[in-house]
Amino acid sequence: MQLALVIDLNVCVGCHACVINCKEWNTSGTAGPMTDLNPYGKDPTGTFFNRVQTFEVGTFPDTEVVHFPKSCLHCEEPPCVPVCPTGASYKRVEDGIVLVNYDQCIGCKYCSWACPYGAREFDETQRVMKKCTLCVDRIYDTHLTEEERRPACVRACPTGARLFGDIHDPASEVSIAIRESGGYPLMPEWGTQPANHYLPRRKTRLRIRKDELDRADNPLKIDGQLPTPDRTAPSLDDIASW
Amino acid sequence: MHPAFSVIFLTTLIGVGQGIFLALFTVESYAAFGLLPVQEDSYYAIGCALSLLFLIAGLIASLFHLGRPERAWRSAAQWRTSWLSREVVALPAFMGALALYGLAHLIGFNPTLTTLPSGTPVTVTLILGTGATLLAFALFLCTGMIYACLRFIQAWHSPLTVINYVLFGGASGFTLAAAHASIAAPDLVIFLAGWALVITLLGLTGWLASRTRNTRIKPKSTLPTAIGIKHPHIAQASQGLMGGSFNTREFFHGNTQKMLQGLQGFSFVCAFVLPTVLLVIGLSSASSGWLLTAFICQYAGLLAERWLFFAQARHPQNLYYQAVA
Repeated sequence: MQLALVIDLNVCVGCHACVINCKEWNTSGTAGPMTDLNPYGKDPTGTFFNRVQTFEVGTFPDTEVVHFPKSCLHCEEPPCVPVCPTGASYKRVEDGIVLVNYDQCIGCKYCSWACPYGAREFDETQRVMKKCTLCVDRIYDTHLTEEERRPACVRACPTGARLFGDIHDPASEVSIAIRESGGYPLMPEWGTQPANHYLPRRKTRLRIRKDELDRADNPLKIDGQLPTPDRTAPSLDDIASW
Repeated sequence: MHPAFSVIFLTTLIGVGQGIFLALFTVESYAAFGLLPVQEDSYYAIGCALSLLFLIAGLIASLFHLGRPERAWRSAAQWRTSWLSREVVALPAFMGALALYGLAHLIGFNPTLTTLPSGTPVTVTLILGTGATLLAFALFLCTGMIYACLRFIQAWHSPLTVINYVLFGGASGFTLAAAHASIAAPDLVIFLAGWALVITLLGLTGWLASRTRNTRIKPKSTLPTAIGIKHPHIAQASQGLMGGSFNTREFFHGNTQKMLQGLQGFSFVCAFVLPTVLLVIGLSSASSGWLLTAFICQYAGLLAERWLFFAQARHPQNLYYQAVA
């Protein structure tokens, strides 16, 4: 089993709800605290497991704004794990989640150097490395309802841009999305095999030929009884019964 | 990358420590084969103490890098996979072997164990020294590989990283050993300063090779591969944060290109050019003042070189922080 997120860039509107809910859940959960330093001062900084960035693609006026949420990708070949000198960083065999044992971490930051995605963040208060846990303290909690046993970011997304599931199960929602909607990993050139995938922007175009405006098989036409009002007559919604 | 002074001091200081020991043991090996005059035990003992001093200073510096230094002992656990862990094992192992080697000289415990067919006696210190030499090179390998094994940081992912750690450590160690010899064993000055000169020039070659290589690196990761959108014009509108973050602090040096170039000139002159001149003067005059100046100058240059080693390494995560990059 390899749990992962699949993020649909075609749907994400960049509202940061996932960021906020991630922080809300995890700062008070077992992965917390996610400390904010100097939050109201001149130079605020804080720990986040998930951030939404925004990119403008193309040159004006032919531009598209892409909101890009990024958290730990839970790589299948995580480069951050073997470099850890203490064994605090590990990848769970049972579900493929990459975690940090805060009690073993010495805060040497070497794992953050070894992650090409910048997914790990050092917590200045607890002085250990922190990262997305895929809400491991939530997804197996039998006190929660089935519906709630999903990562906080997935629960929060108002547009449903975040899917969660097992990418090793070919029948899962995420596997189908990756397979059928062109899901891709980030920086595939390093062979890290990120478990999280992204679904690309899609152009939805409706192509209507002129002859399709008239229903060729309109039974009324066959009977010679043309629908009223007439095709040329103005209609409220531009939709004629033709 | 953000250059951390703890790591800069750790790597340069232990490099000097390893270099001094290698110089001492080179002298002892040559002396064993009758190629150099035999030195008193106190020369080796003091040299070892000097080497240990640098290694301990490096070890202390390294603790400042850790968020949780009280847990430093845990870092020896993953020696099977982590070069950092291997370094944590190799450093005390080398220090232990070095201490034993120095102690054997200090108390004059040096019985002959066997004799080579050529008639050269194999003494306890030669055995201990050989072990310590292997550990010194193992430590160089571990230190260099910590950086060279990170394939994403293309500036580091090269055998030159390890080679330069050996050469720079060796050069500074031999230079200090020459300065030490000018006080404790003047008949070794020409030998040690000569070797310091050779290693310094080799170091310069390695330094130039690595510079040349790094200026030609074509980044494997680009913004299109980082976010998976294939388009030549992508501008970042938001980094996902209003203030700073670990990502914008740890992976950026925050200095101008001009400052880096200035520092590059400084390290070129101070780590290689001036020491070469000073070593030649020291070699001909056998004056400890010149040799000590050569070491101080070279160490300052190597500090700048190590700072640049970190600052000039580009981490692919920086692609996600275009406003800082």
